[in-house]
Amino acid sequence: MVLIVALAIWLICILLVAPFVVKIRLTNFLLAVAIWLICVALTIPFVAKTWWMPDPITDHARLVDGQMALTFVVTGVVFILAHLALGYAVLKFGRDRSEPAEYTTGNDRWELLWTSAATVLFVGLVFMGYTAWAEARFAEAATQPGSPDREVVEVTGQQFVWNIRYPGPDGKFGPLDVNLIDDSLGNPLGVDRGNPDGKDDIVVPRMAVPVDKEIEVILRTKDVLHNFFVPELRLKLDTVPGIDGRLRFKPDKVGTYEIACSELCGLGHYKMRSYLDVMEQADYEQWLAEQASFLQ
Amino acid sequence: MNEVAEYVEVHRHPEPKSFISRWIFSLDHKVIGIQYVMLAVVAVFIGMALSLLIRLRLVWPEQAVPLLGDLFPVGAPDGIMTPEFYLSMLTMHGTMMVFMVLTTAPQGGFGNYVLPIQIGANDMAFPRLNMLSFWTTFLSFCALMMAFFVEGGAPISGWTAYPPLSALDSAVIAGTGQDWWIISIALFCVASLLGALNFIVTTLELRAKGLTMMRLPLTVWTWFVTAILGLLAFGVLLAAGVLLLLDRNLGTSFFIPAGLVINDQLIDRSGGSPILWQHLFWFFGHPEVYIAILPGMGVTSHILATFARKPVFGYKVMVYAVAAIGGLGFVVWGHHMFMSGMSPYSAFVFSVLTMCIGVPSAIKTFNWIGTLWGGKIRFTSPMLYSVGFVSLFVTGGLSGIFLGQPTVDLFFHDTYFVVAHFHLIMGVAAIFGMFAGLTFWFPKMFGRFMNEGLSKVHFWLTFLGVYAIFGPMHYLGMLPHPRRYAEITGVDYLAAGGSAEIHYFITIAAMITITAQLIFLFNLVWSLFKGKVCSDDNPWEATTLEWAVPTPPPYDNFAGKIPTVYRGAYDFSLPKAKRDYAMQCNSDDMVYQQAAGD
Repeated sequence: MVLIVALAIWLICILLVAPFVVKIRLTNFLLAVAIWLICVALTIPFVAKTWWMPDPITDHARLVDGQMALTFVVTGVVFILAHLALGYAVLKFGRDRSEPAEYTTGNDRWELLWTSAATVLFVGLVFMGYTAWAEARFAEAATQPGSPDREVVEVTGQQFVWNIRYPGPDGKFGPLDVNLIDDSLGNPLGVDRGNPDGKDDIVVPRMAVPVDKEIEVILRTKDVLHNFFVPELRLKLDTVPGIDGRLRFKPDKVGTYEIACSELCGLGHYKMRSYLDVMEQADYEQWLAEQASFLQ
Repeated sequence: MNEVAEYVEVHRHPEPKSFISRWIFSLDHKVIGIQYVMLAVVAVFIGMALSLLIRLRLVWPEQAVPLLGDLFPVGAPDGIMTPEFYLSMLTMHGTMMVFMVLTTAPQGGFGNYVLPIQIGANDMAFPRLNMLSFWTTFLSFCALMMAFFVEGGAPISGWTAYPPLSALDSAVIAGTGQDWWIISIALFCVASLLGALNFIVTTLELRAKGLTMMRLPLTVWTWFVTAILGLLAFGVLLAAGVLLLLDRNLGTSFFIPAGLVINDQLIDRSGGSPILWQHLFWFFGHPEVYIAILPGMGVTSHILATFARKPVFGYKVMVYAVAAIGGLGFVVWGHHMFMSGMSPYSAFVFSVLTMCIGVPSAIKTFNWIGTLWGGKIRFTSPMLYSVGFVSLFVTGGLSGIFLGQPTVDLFFHDTYFVVAHFHLIMGVAAIFGMFAGLTFWFPKMFGRFMNEGLSKVHFWLTFLGVYAIFGPMHYLGMLPHPRRYAEITGVDYLAAGGSAEIHYFITIAAMITITAQLIFLFNLVWSLFKGKVCSDDNPWEATTLEWAVPTPPPYDNFAGKIPTVYRGAYDFSLPKAKRDYAMQCNSDDMVYQQAAGD
């Protein structure tokens, strides 16, 4: 605290005294200082991670974080360099000099330099992030839904709740019938209980998954667009009517994580939340059995 | 016009006699330009008031706002805003700002006023079309205002109006607000198409003798490219809007798929695709971003050169960069849809193209700094705004490098990080371009200067203020705070992350910054009547043709004598020249022999 106050007093002193010492006009001095201070003030919380992402819970999420860090470094360097240069130009060339401005219409070498630097940096970044994106989405697009080695969970958005469906002991989702949909009777998805596949389907408002196991999520919606987003997974996808969205993840940390809808879905958008409980395998099985017992 | 070396005589059009045809339904591009600017000023204060309500609702949801209860008895009973009212404010704020402010003032306003004079034309190519554009825009504005007061209130589906939310009343509140919104947008598209056509033809056909394309001021280049973008983009939005209107009112299903169930009711439609709307909308929406920002980039280049007393660094490269941004702007719309459920493969292609657009943007930034480098900078208020523009453009542009990557967008999509990004770059950077343009051209338009002291105070409060508002939104995005939440409490990870403090800070900063805009408004009105008189035709010692005509310009700009152009737009500090600027209409004889003669 003392340090901060001392630093502030020191800065103010410089601000007040410097223009007279170096004989520059106040406007350009203030502008340069403002540009630099904004640059520093914006950068510090990112470096200090004052407000930061929640810890990742999958390997894929760590991959995303790596790409995020790389992007912070690249953009951070450009951000600081540009603001340093802008502030310096304002300070240095704002002085009332008697000689005329330097006459130059440009410099091809410099143009070539920053054009190629920007191309390499920016386009390079995308390709660096290829793996993380491909892992998140390409694999799902290429495989058939519901591989046997995965736990498959169906998540259906609805104004303004999430419905989570498990296939039950038989491992098969039953067919849905829109005519059977009735929120008041506890059948928000229209599961056909008369069908052998659908008889044991479990529908709950809260999502549970076992730890260290591959989970496949099928994303659907009954009405408008919603978005399934768990910050700790670094995964996000709109639920689109008529389309089965698919995400895959393998959580490695037991805990409770929040699912907050991330696509404007109407009046109660801000209230549309649920939880993802990542459990030990045994706890998960017990939980599933409990849920199944309610069906009897 | 003693600055002119030689001119071509053209037929003079007499000034209309009646007040209405001179000032209301005027064919004069200058009057139309001012009308557009005034419309934007009205719209920007409405839009800003909405943003104030948004901020107030977020941090003090239970607090009654005076007068609001009388104005909106349903949305804000007793002045306390409901969550749906919050969403209406948010929708209308976005629409008002994007369409009625960011699209009208830079292009329709300043472009209309300045472009014909800068290229040595008496008027736009089609003056009647020009008048029609403005008045159609005005109708569009009225339709948008209607949306506030019809039953059901203003729409709540956001400025992007994604169906099915925007298409089905049963998913929101029944009412005609969304229809009025669509009608407004459709009218706006028609107006902008007409305007774009006019700008393109004018630039191509009406340039003065000697004014080749590569001698055009960069302002003209950006207005020209913006017009091309407008011509190609607005038609698509118009079509999409009409389809949405049909979906809402005539039972069609362009955007509504089969099997929707809302409140236990099966919706009897089938065959549409909600993603189709997103493609159509963003095919317009992304070029729209450049429609808003390109004129600001042109103005900034123009003003930096003028007040640094240096030629624009790399003029040709700047022109190519503007063209590249315009061209690439049409093939990157998918980066708004990484999380929409569209093909992940196309997402990657869109991402590569999006990063490519960062390259011409970087070129522009470095050339601006290059223009300042070695200059002899005069810190007038237009110059301050332009330097502010560069800083905001850099800050807002770089967050685009995050959002343009689908990998990183997995985390940031639809969070406050996005809000910070687009507000900085297409919101306040573009508005700084307008402030710069207004303070720069004000003396030419009205024969009086804006008050320099007030402008500077306004600059400082606004420059620091917008950073205080939108800077912290990046941190909210890190938490990650979802957008468009009517309440900031409730989400556990936000409470744990400390989002409430950031929200309070932002709201306080917004209140101060918005209040500071009253300084601008006062300055504008006061300077119109009481500002320092500008008796000089060329008060800034600038080079382009608008400074060669009398202040304020006569009805047909050049009084029948169109000057001949001899040189590029930014001949500042030419070695051996008498003065540190050579106007475009000055021949070499004038520039150099005067030096010998004196």
